[in-house]
Amino acid sequence: MTEATLTAPVTPVKVETPFQRFRAEFFESRIATAALATIVLIILLALFAPWITPQNPYDLAQVDVMDGRLAPGSEAFAGYTMWLGSDGAGRDLFSAILYGLRISLAVGVASGVIALLLGMAVGLLAAYAGGRLETVIMRVVDLQLSFPASLVALMLIAILGKGIENIILALVVAQWAYYARTVRATALVERRKEYVEAAACLGLSNTRIIFRHILPNCLAPLIVVGTVQVASAISLEATLSFLGIGLPQTEPSLGVLIANGFEYMMSGRYWISIFPGLALLLTVVSINLVGDHLRDVLNPRLKK
Amino acid sequence: MTLAVQGLATHFFTHAGGVKAVDGVDFSVEPGQIMGLVGESGSGKSITGFSILGLIDPPGRIVAGSIRFKGTEISNASEADFQRLRGNRIAMIFQDPMMTLNPVLRIDTQMIEAIQAHETVPRRTAWEQSRAALGLVGIPAPEERLSAYPHQLSGGMRQRVAIAIAFLNKPDLIIADEPTTALDVTIQAQIIHEAQKLTRETRTAMIWITHDLAVVAGLADRISVMYAGRIVEQGATDDIIDRPLHPYTVGLLGSVPSANRRGARLAQIEGMAPNMLALPPGCAFAPRCQHADATCAQVPEMAAVSGRTVRCFHPVSRP
Repeated sequence: MTEATLTAPVTPVKVETPFQRFRAEFFESRIATAALATIVLIILLALFAPWITPQNPYDLAQVDVMDGRLAPGSEAFAGYTMWLGSDGAGRDLFSAILYGLRISLAVGVASGVIALLLGMAVGLLAAYAGGRLETVIMRVVDLQLSFPASLVALMLIAILGKGIENIILALVVAQWAYYARTVRATALVERRKEYVEAAACLGLSNTRIIFRHILPNCLAPLIVVGTVQVASAISLEATLSFLGIGLPQTEPSLGVLIANGFEYMMSGRYWISIFPGLALLLTVVSINLVGDHLRDVLNPRLKK
Repeated sequence: MTLAVQGLATHFFTHAGGVKAVDGVDFSVEPGQIMGLVGESGSGKSITGFSILGLIDPPGRIVAGSIRFKGTEISNASEADFQRLRGNRIAMIFQDPMMTLNPVLRIDTQMIEAIQAHETVPRRTAWEQSRAALGLVGIPAPEERLSAYPHQLSGGMRQRVAIAIAFLNKPDLIIADEPTTALDVTIQAQIIHEAQKLTRETRTAMIWITHDLAVVAGLADRISVMYAGRIVEQGATDDIIDRPLHPYTVGLLGSVPSANRRGARLAQIEGMAPNMLALPPGCAFAPRCQHADATCAQVPEMAAVSGRTVRCFHPVSRP
């Protein structure tokens, strides 16, 4: 019988990695593909802002107060066209939005990644240690999640003061608990699975089992939560900046730009707030759409 | 002697009370020998296997007995010692091949990892060894299977991979926990054939845990029948299959459907498996036994009867 199996014609198996399958499923949705394309476009625009924009809005020498509050399409004193108009200080809004996006994305991604790593470590520890340590960790998580993220961030900024590092720190503190809860829940389920027992029977160390075997199986929900949390970090940063306790006026993020234009809204100069607001909306909605679709693709219970 | 277990007792201390999952088990396995550990669900056969590997988690604990592996006592060994033993000297094959391979890691990753956990060898060497091991268990085109993910293989193929992994580090002892239960019968026969061939060739000792007497009848050299945490009958396979002594073994054999009894009602053992939280004080099988009488209120000792041992006051004597 062995001989029979050995001589059986060998059909070459097409090795499709889980990632390839995931990619194929992801691009089935047009909306998610469009959203992903938008995100890529936004990231590229933000990344290459210095080469794209006609003005560096952070360089006071390039900003002319005489250009203040110009309507979209007006010509700046320096000669270029301000397609999206200018704000009260004379910054070209198109340039300011791209530079603002750089800050928003950097803050969102940085805080998202740090919170993810922190939450992941804490969640895995809780799931694997169990007992009293797990109880303590998860009660802290519950406590943290019982406050709105914006309130936690507001309190922290009030204590720490302004500045980009403090904003990132505040966002990490406000968000790590979501990751910790997700990782713990998934890791608890994975831990009970037989492959973990089998790995233990191979004589692998605990560290190896946790990081090589359990963690990769927890990644799917983490990616989903991560995407949504990055979007919420971006809007949280905008909220803080809008309230005037986020980033300084000299280096405006999207929130600061919206706040700046807010006072002109009633006098018909809608563009100062509206365009940065649209940029923010587009970014956050795109990320959330991608996150939602990732959830659908990665969740085995929603599999077709 | 590869493994000698004596008086092994593993108890679980739950809120509902103590459970004597394994309560005084003795057996030994020699190189190249296959011992069938037979019993129904909850009889303690898997817990016996996990006790040998030192994988009993709280609230369970080995409370008594000795486990000597190649002459060394391991029942009280440290976790670090066990890590060196597991997968290296003592390997395990699990019941469900769908569940025992990590779904996100390729076969080669998992096999190389198993080798490198115990031996400092270059990746390439480990890969060659893995390929050879897959060939040994009758997997066609091992190179291709190595770069596959578990979901791309069939159940039988995955169990072959699991067996290959168990044999990778040339262990002295393999504990197979119902490795064919999740497979259909034709694949079951192939897997049994492979396992038997490999044990003979490599002179590995094997403990084959199963609830299916029909499986071990053609596979094992010796059989230990477990009931409610104790071994009730132990001996050479032929003796036990042909002339069972313990009423429970008789019942088990009687409930195996076979072609020569076509149309007849299938015998079954009356009653239910006992509640492990409230075992009867004497012989655990007494409430279901036709031969039980007042003496069965005592716990019977293992006694040597015609070339084997049996734990019964009234061994069945059949001509």
